[in-house]
Amino acid sequence: MELLLILLIGILYASGIYLLLRRSMVKVLLGIMLMSNGANILIFLLGRITKGKPPVIDEASKIFTDIYADPIPQALILTAIVIGFGLQSFAIVLLKRVYSIINSDDLDDLNTPEEEDI
Amino acid sequence: MIDNTIIYPVVAQLVTAIILLFFWGKSYPQRFISILGSLVVLLMSITLFSKVWSGNILIMESANWKPPFGIVFVADVFSSTMVLITSIVAFAVSIYSSVGIGNARQRFGYFPLFHFLMMGLNGAFLTGDIFNLYVFFEVIIISSFVLMTLGGRKTQLEGAVKYMAMNILASTIFLTGIGILYGITGTLNMADLAVKVPLVENRNIIDITAIFFLVGFGIKSAVFPLYYWLPSSYHTPPSAVAAVFGGLLTKVGVYAILRIFTLIFVPNEFMKIVLTVLSVMTIISGGFGALIKRDVRRIFSYLIVCHIGFMIGGIALFTPIALSGVLFYLIHDILVKTNIFLISGLIRNMKGNLNTLKAGGLYARYPKISLVMALVFFSLVGVPPLSGFWPKIYLFEAGFTTHNYFFIAALIIGSFLTLYIMARLWSDVFWKNPSEGDDSLIDHFKDYSRWKQALLVIPICLLAIATLYVGLAAENIVVVVKHIAAEMIDTSPYIDAVLGNK
Repeated sequence: MELLLILLIGILYASGIYLLLRRSMVKVLLGIMLMSNGANILIFLLGRITKGKPPVIDEASKIFTDIYADPIPQALILTAIVIGFGLQSFAIVLLKRVYSIINSDDLDDLNTPEEEDI
Repeated sequence: MIDNTIIYPVVAQLVTAIILLFFWGKSYPQRFISILGSLVVLLMSITLFSKVWSGNILIMESANWKPPFGIVFVADVFSSTMVLITSIVAFAVSIYSSVGIGNARQRFGYFPLFHFLMMGLNGAFLTGDIFNLYVFFEVIIISSFVLMTLGGRKTQLEGAVKYMAMNILASTIFLTGIGILYGITGTLNMADLAVKVPLVENRNIIDITAIFFLVGFGIKSAVFPLYYWLPSSYHTPPSAVAAVFGGLLTKVGVYAILRIFTLIFVPNEFMKIVLTVLSVMTIISGGFGALIKRDVRRIFSYLIVCHIGFMIGGIALFTPIALSGVLFYLIHDILVKTNIFLISGLIRNMKGNLNTLKAGGLYARYPKISLVMALVFFSLVGVPPLSGFWPKIYLFEAGFTTHNYFFIAALIIGSFLTLYIMARLWSDVFWKNPSEGDDSLIDHFKDYSRWKQALLVIPICLLAIATLYVGLAAENIVVVVKHIAAEMIDTSPYIDAVLGNK
């Protein structure tokens, strides 16, 4: 399971960085999405994967000595997913707006030499 | 010492922003609420600073979860100073915005976003939890994205694409670093990390994690190979927005580098060399970038990059004197950089555009305002006894004692470039005779009512007075920065206060 996740993280990061280096804006966006998913799975993996052991203390015992699934990485991932969702939806709207204004998907067309500033 | 009032500067900004949302579409009441809210936060920050300065490091445990298990907010002298400076800047900018931001932008939520941004900044300064720092960084960047695109002009959107892509990338790298750090140590509390990270035996993995944090914060604070998004986006939004971005958003990256690299990853020899190289390249590339630009705000954007290098270099030296210099420079830089962007907005109002080739003759028409601007420019250059001069003494002294001559050379080159650029700017914009018969030069400022003119000039004077205070009463600032620098070298007071060891 761990090995599978490690490979998945590697593929997600590698393809994310590759897409980020492309000139097309949509590909940059996809790259960002893949990388943030990779980061989420990385946190999940590094929080140690433990199957079927909820972190709940038995009523009789005072100290928890068993191996348990760490709930914190899951809380972190949940937060990171929500934040990533917000950022990505903003990014999609922004790119759509830019596309409708400059009629191009190429990052190199983003350099209007306009000195009209506020 | 537990004190739940330290969260007030964060909560007050949030409450202000939420109240502003109820006045959506009405620009007139929003201006008053914004200025009032900023004033209240300023008073709270002064109280917070005086409380922390007179006594202990204050902490707040959210929902009474004891650290290191719960999220903890910590106000030591460093964070409360940053909150204080941020609040001064926020107050000045919210006065300026009431005239400096167009009516349409105000109606479509400029002020609520501005206060959400300030909430994020105050939260990032006060938090003692590294994941919480990430969350506040996200609050900052999502508000700044919207502020940057608000108005939807073509150049603005083009700048925003670069800004957005780089900042999301920085956040992802930062998150990766947090994930690895949690995997190694099993904690997210910064004080607890400061205890546990030095105990890790595999130093290589710690160095790699440190690089993740350096790259993440480096993108945010515009360090050498990662700075190019800044000059291509900061000249596009309205001047009040650019002032907040230029003054605070890059400095929050510097704050994070200072915090993380003094508390958790104390720089080893390798890291010091990396930081020195980065700082030298940042100073050189920022300075020479500013030389070839002709637009006032593009010049200022490159100067931000150049001066970030001074601070990174100081961190690389890592002596108490150097850190004092960095902190002094940080305080000075936030005030001055915000002010020069506000000034660029004023110049834009007076001349109709910001091209230094077309501008000219401002001194003849507005001699008094020009003198205030000159004062700010002198502070930026670092003419004694103004504020930019004192931190450089410390940086030079630290550079000589650690024999880091590359950094000293870069510091001298950077200072001279700044001097030359500002002198050229002054002669172009203020002294040169304006070109005749150019229709693009319209003086909007003259047509404003007295009241509106005052609202544009008062914030600049306010920040100029703050800069003057930092320069002329430097001995007070030096006491504060020396205290902070001592806490950075010996972090045990911070750790003890958070973890409750007596």
